This record gives sequence, C-alpha cells and structure tokens, in this order.
Amino acid sequence: MRDVSIIGFGQTPVGEHWELSLRHLAAQAVLAAMQDAGIERADALYVGNMLSSETSGQHHLGALVADFVGLRGIEAFRVEAACASGAAALRAGYLAVASDAADLVIVAGVEKMTDSIGNSITTALAEAADADYETPHGLSFVSINALLMRRYMYEFGVRHEDFAGFAITAHQNAVNNPYAMFRRPITKEEFVQARMIADPINLLDSSPVADGAAAVVLCPTEQARSFTDHPVRIRACEVGTDSLALHDRRDPLFLEAGYISVQKAYARAGVTPADIDLFELHDAFTIMAALSLEAAGFARRGEGVRLAMDGSIARNGRIPISTMGGLKGRGHPVGATGIYQVIEVAQQVTGRAGANQVPNARLGMAQNIGGSGATIITTILEA
Amino acid sequence: MGIPAYWRTRAQRYALVGEVCHKCGAKIFPPRDVCPECSRPASDPFTFSGRGEVYSFSTIYQPPEGFEEFVPYTVAIVKLEEGPLVTAQLTDVDPAEVHIGMPVEMVTRKLREEGEEGQIIYGYKFRPLLRNTLTPRPSGQAA
Ligand SMILES: [Zn+2]
Repeated sequence: MRDVSIIGFGQTPVGEHWELSLRHLAAQAVLAAMQDAGIERADALYVGNMLSSETSGQHHLGALVADFVGLRGIEAFRVEAACASGAAALRAGYLAVASDAADLVIVAGVEKMTDSIGNSITTALAEAADADYETPHGLSFVSINALLMRRYMYEFGVRHEDFAGFAITAHQNAVNNPYAMFRRPITKEEFVQARMIADPINLLDSSPVADGAAAVVLCPTEQARSFTDHPVRIRACEVGTDSLALHDRRDPLFLEAGYISVQKAYARAGVTPADIDLFELHDAFTIMAALSLEAAGFARRGEGVRLAMDGSIARNGRIPISTMGGLKGRGHPVGATGIYQVIEVAQQVTGRAGANQVPNARLGMAQNIGGSGATIITTILEA
Repeated sequence: MGIPAYWRTRAQRYALVGEVCHKCGAKIFPPRDVCPECSRPASDPFTFSGRGEVYSFSTIYQPPEGFEEFVPYTVAIVKLEEGPLVTAQLTDVDPAEVHIGMPVEMVTRKLREEGEEGQIIYGYKFRPLLRNTLTPRPSGQAA
C-alpha cells in the first residue's frame, strides 16, 4: 500500500445555517479544501452523510456535490455508516489513494439537521439503531446511550456529576474554535441542573443537533510536499464493527468495535497508547467519552470517567481530548463529524491549533462512532 | 416500522419466540438463523419464558415521533432468565420504583398506533413480576 497524506482541508462553522442548503454546505467545505491544497481537479470525491434523505429529501450526494464544485464527471459517491459516515468516507478515500487507484481524492462530510421540525430529527437519528428490535419500542438514540450510562453508573459506583468534566472541558476548548457552535464555558452547577432528556442523560451530557460540512484532500505522501508545507500523514485508518442493537452485545459496557479498530490502528502505525499526544474522541454523550477512553487503552474498565475528574483530559493533561470543543462544544452534524475530528487533529499535529495548541503534539488520534458503537473508525495522524 | 415488518416479527412480539443453537446451546433472541456465539446455523425455535430482571432503564422525556402520547415512559434492557438481553418498555410501574435487578415478566400491550386511523400495534412490554397473585395474604399478616 502507498503511504497517504492530507494536503488540505476546509470546514464551515458548525451551527444553524438556515440560509444554506445541503449541497451548498458541502460545496463550501470542498471548495475551501481545494483552495487550501491548491488544486483545481481531483480523481474522486467521497461524501460521508447519514441523514440527507430524511432531512433534505435528497440522496445521491456524490454526483450532486461533484457537480456543484465544478468536478462534474469524476468518480463520486456517498458513504453511510450512521454517525461514523465521515470517517467511513475517509477510509474509502484512503484506500483509493493507498491502492494506487487514484492520486488526488477529496473526502467530504456533510449534514443538514436544523431544517427538521418537532421530533422528526429524533426519529431520524434513531435509524442508527435496530429498526426491528429497538426503535419499535419507542427508544430514542439518546435513551440507548442513557441505558449504557445507567448501567455504567451501577456497575462501577459512579455518580452522574462525575461525568461533568467531559462537558466542561469540551465547552472550554470550544471557546477558542471559530468553527465551534457553543463558544462559551459551562459550570458544574449548570451541568448538574440541565434539563433531563432521557434520564440519566441531560441536555449537557448531549452533543447538539447542527448543520455543518468539512472536507480534506488526500494524495500519496511522496507527492504531498509539492502541494503544501503542512502535510499530515495518515498512519492508520481502521474500522471495527459490532451488533447494531445494544442488547445483542456480549458486554454492552465495552466498545468491542472500538477495541478492534484501535488495535488494528495501533498495529498498522506501530504505536501504543503512550505515543498518542491527543485523542479527538466521539463525545456525542459523556458516557461515550468514558467508554472510548477505556476501549482505546487509556483507562481500565470502569475508570474512563476518572480521567474527566483528575484533569487527565485537559490540554496539558496525560491524554487531551475534545481539544477544539469535541462533539459537545463544536457541535455534531453527524455525517460531517468524522471529518471535523480529522481536521482538528491535523491542526494540532502541525502546530496550527492557535490558542488551543497541545504542546509538542506530533501524533494524534481521531475516533468516529456510528450508532451506540456498532461501527467505530480510528484514524492516527502524524505531522 | 411498517405493517409488513410488524407482521414478520409477530411471533417475537407476541410470544418471545427465538432460537436455540444445537452446537453450543446458546439461546438466541431475536432470531437470526446464525448463532452469534459460534457463527453456525441455528434455526430451531425456542420460546422464552418471559421472565427476567431489569439490566438497565431510562425514562424518556423527548420521544421519537409516534410516542408523544406516552411521555414520560420508561424503557429498559431486560436480562431474560435464559440469558439474552431484550429491549422493551416497562409498564404497570411507577418510574421512581424501577431499579436494576428488579424482577419483571412479559405482558402484551399496545406499542403505538400507526397514524390517526391506523392500525394499533401490539407487542411485548415488561411489568414487575407479580409474585403473590395466586396466594394473596390477608393484609396485616407478617410475611
Ligand atoms: Zn452456537
């Protein structure tokens, strides 16, 4: 396989873009990435997206976005893996370049969620779960995570307020990210008193519904320096899977797909958790952050939440997470999130993260989770 | 979930019919014809007792479409006494009384209505296990 690098990226601010349609959101990010890489053509475009059919009545995003960025004619298609769609598209682009099938590939992620009214977005998001045996019983996606959180608190003797550090850290880091949705800090008191959505998960455990698009440009590493002074090598991009339904897992409190993808990624990159300088994990809910840290080898079972209590996840801690706001503070436009994460790690390892720079960051990891953990994709990047 | 999909899962929704694997003995719910434990074919029907205990639970305040009339309602993962976990709503119980480990049993209840004049969909929910229904004690007598 050829070594693959990121040579440019672009992102829209995450938030409510009532003036922009799905295609225009995607086009803004792709055009910004092409400009950043200094390219006017590409061999292929892969678009990560989860909900365009439900939210915009639009499938067939590959050809649509290619046409609207002036690339009509090139290979293009959409990739879907629920909330992990963005990273799944990256995996497709990575394979295309690594395998010599393409030299210049654009990978985009896009989601347009705020046009939907009432409970329809709650219904759409639940499609990541098992449509025969979970959602017919009235489960929302939030409640599936709540079932996990309740059991975690029970098995490991943890209180709800012990998770506060995940949300507080994310919001604090979002303050300095111009692309983040919530650029204001929150307090522990606000966390404890937030409105309940599906107990024990409240509003401040949860990442927000948002619009957003992000894109990266890939090429073989041996050509990367001819495009940019800041190339970022993809040392690994690996996928693991598990059952869709939580009730079908061998142990619901262990992210088996995360463990599989992380072990494959560490092996491909030839690194261990001790080598990772920062970890952009999938904090769609605070409980997911704890479980991700455990599956990735940064904490033992039941102890992931402790890293939020002792400062380990801060920018100067042992394993900084959500350094640009995470899903909680930056926002979670589901199909685009995996690309935002990769861009944030790329910013960190090239020393271009501004006020939120993690000191001496060289090797960073991003992890994108689909559903309650059925698809987990881990990417390791190095400057 | 559309009407044909409900029809296809009627044996599961009304009677918790799953499967048993004759290679490794695993009891399987929902049925999938391939054993999730040993990956071999497994399609012999097995009917679960419907008894189990609460593995985890959550009370929902922001529901998906079609469940607004039930809010707040409590969903749970129930560990069946034969082994598998199953997801369902709890019923006939005060949400404040639900706890992990609570013994429960399956009952058939309305899951939802498909639209204004649509058909009513029934399926399993779980309620607290009624231990003493056959031999009620006079009130005041020590247990
Ligand atoms: Zn078996």
